[in-house]
Amino acid sequence: MNESDNTALIKQIPFVDYLVLGEEPYLMANECNQCQARYFDRRNACSCCFGDQFTKVKVASSGVVTSFTIVEMGPVPYVSAVVDCDGTPVRCTLIGVDPTPEKVQLGMSVELTTYSMGEDSEGTEAIAFGFTPAQ
Amino acid sequence: MGSEDIWIIGSNMTKFGKHPEKDVVDLASEASVAALRDAEMTMSDIGVLGVGNLMNAGAGIGQQLQKQIGQTGVPVFNVSNACATGATALRVAIMAVKAGEADVGMAVGVEKLAGAGLLGQRGPKPQSETWEPSGRFGAIGSTEGRIGTNIMPGVFAQVGMEYGHKYGGTSFELFARISEKNHAHSTLNPLAAYQKRFTLDEIMNDVMIAYPNTRPMCSGNCDGAAAMIVVNDEKKKSMPAEVQKRAIKISASVLTSDPWEEGCQILPDVNTLTRNAATQAYEQAGIGPEDLDLVELHDCFATAELVHYDNLMLCEQGGAVDFFESGAPWRDGTKPVNVSGGLQSKGHPIAATGIANIHEIVMHLRGEAGDRQIEGAKVGLAHVIGLGSACGVHILEKAA
Repeated sequence: MNESDNTALIKQIPFVDYLVLGEEPYLMANECNQCQARYFDRRNACSCCFGDQFTKVKVASSGVVTSFTIVEMGPVPYVSAVVDCDGTPVRCTLIGVDPTPEKVQLGMSVELTTYSMGEDSEGTEAIAFGFTPAQ
Repeated sequence: MGSEDIWIIGSNMTKFGKHPEKDVVDLASEASVAALRDAEMTMSDIGVLGVGNLMNAGAGIGQQLQKQIGQTGVPVFNVSNACATGATALRVAIMAVKAGEADVGMAVGVEKLAGAGLLGQRGPKPQSETWEPSGRFGAIGSTEGRIGTNIMPGVFAQVGMEYGHKYGGTSFELFARISEKNHAHSTLNPLAAYQKRFTLDEIMNDVMIAYPNTRPMCSGNCDGAAAMIVVNDEKKKSMPAEVQKRAIKISASVLTSDPWEEGCQILPDVNTLTRNAATQAYEQAGIGPEDLDLVELHDCFATAELVHYDNLMLCEQGGAVDFFESGAPWRDGTKPVNVSGGLQSKGHPIAATGIANIHEIVMHLRGEAGDRQIEGAKVGLAHVIGLGSACGVHILEKAA
């Protein structure tokens, strides 16, 4: 069995339902048809304009860090950040960067990436997302 | 406003800190009885009771308090509104008195939090053999650390960092110096949970919780209660001269929630609703930020204090760093902020906080703040914010 056959057999599940898996994974938002406000969870009505029609839209996969913190409680420090993805703020963990104030900078360019969280007892692989410094 | 004016005639807070020998009802009772004594009243005078407690929101603490100090059958409103719970209880009492449903209202906020640890963190889900999506986002595990953070020191760190991104000028050291100020102030407040002065080095080299907030830059979980008695103009005039002399006017009482903002869907926006509350409060009081002699604002973390200088319009928009650098918010500065020591040293027993910060202003306006008295204080503002969000702003004035 070669590697690509193996990949095809593995079932995958995203860490959250707004992460869409595929060749180029992306984040998906519910966008208000009336005012274009975006939400990562469901809304009965838009909290901005009260419209009740939404369309699923793809969120830009690269952006700029507008805020961050480095959480140092617990065994492994991690970087929590807000990334402005072309006007849509996204909450995420920054990965692929040293969790130090010297390496993480406000205004740095980052892009979406995914990684495996491992498989469950039925062989389903969980895929999570993070943002990583842009190439 | 005339007869519509509302006055504080009784006010008290317990010492904040660890009270292992007292339960929630004991603490609430201690503050309530002292506030009643301060107003020369008993429970028989109280027409409405607003009681705030967050950690036992379903327990009917208001009724338990009545059983402990006096049951008269008056309406009790048990409220919970995150860190603005105390201010919300006071708003309830004020609204009832303003509406003419009662002449005298009492508001109480109480919390036991000593040793509660980090708030906002959820315990691990029970382990399952397979990935099971659950919750609003269909998450298959805890989002903490996977999708940013929910812990309060981290959330509020991002609030301060966001300000830095927008306007520049912030640094780890700047935030630490805000904490240095509040801890220095606390040495004069015997009711503060911590009265230790820290050097800047000690603050910066302490345990890092969530960059840039080290441990002393975070508010302390502790136990405490605060209580306040409010009356209308007519009732005030019927009180003994000594009580009237010490009455403090509530010139503005405002509670706001978040209006829609794109960003507040993912990172709580503590700015817009605070600015809105402040704008409404200044308008209600007919007073501007330049008239304030002191301010108690919600410094749950050092990173939060900075943004509220701006939100409360103590400085120009974008000018919070310069405002701090000018020395203005120190107790000997032009606009003393958190002379009580703030939440970072006074402590933050959540539901008590929103009344305790108003109590601090009352003490200064009465000229009863002891060693930490801001001389000649006539006007003060108290601000509190609960994530989610709810913001309370009260402006108080010494009687003319």
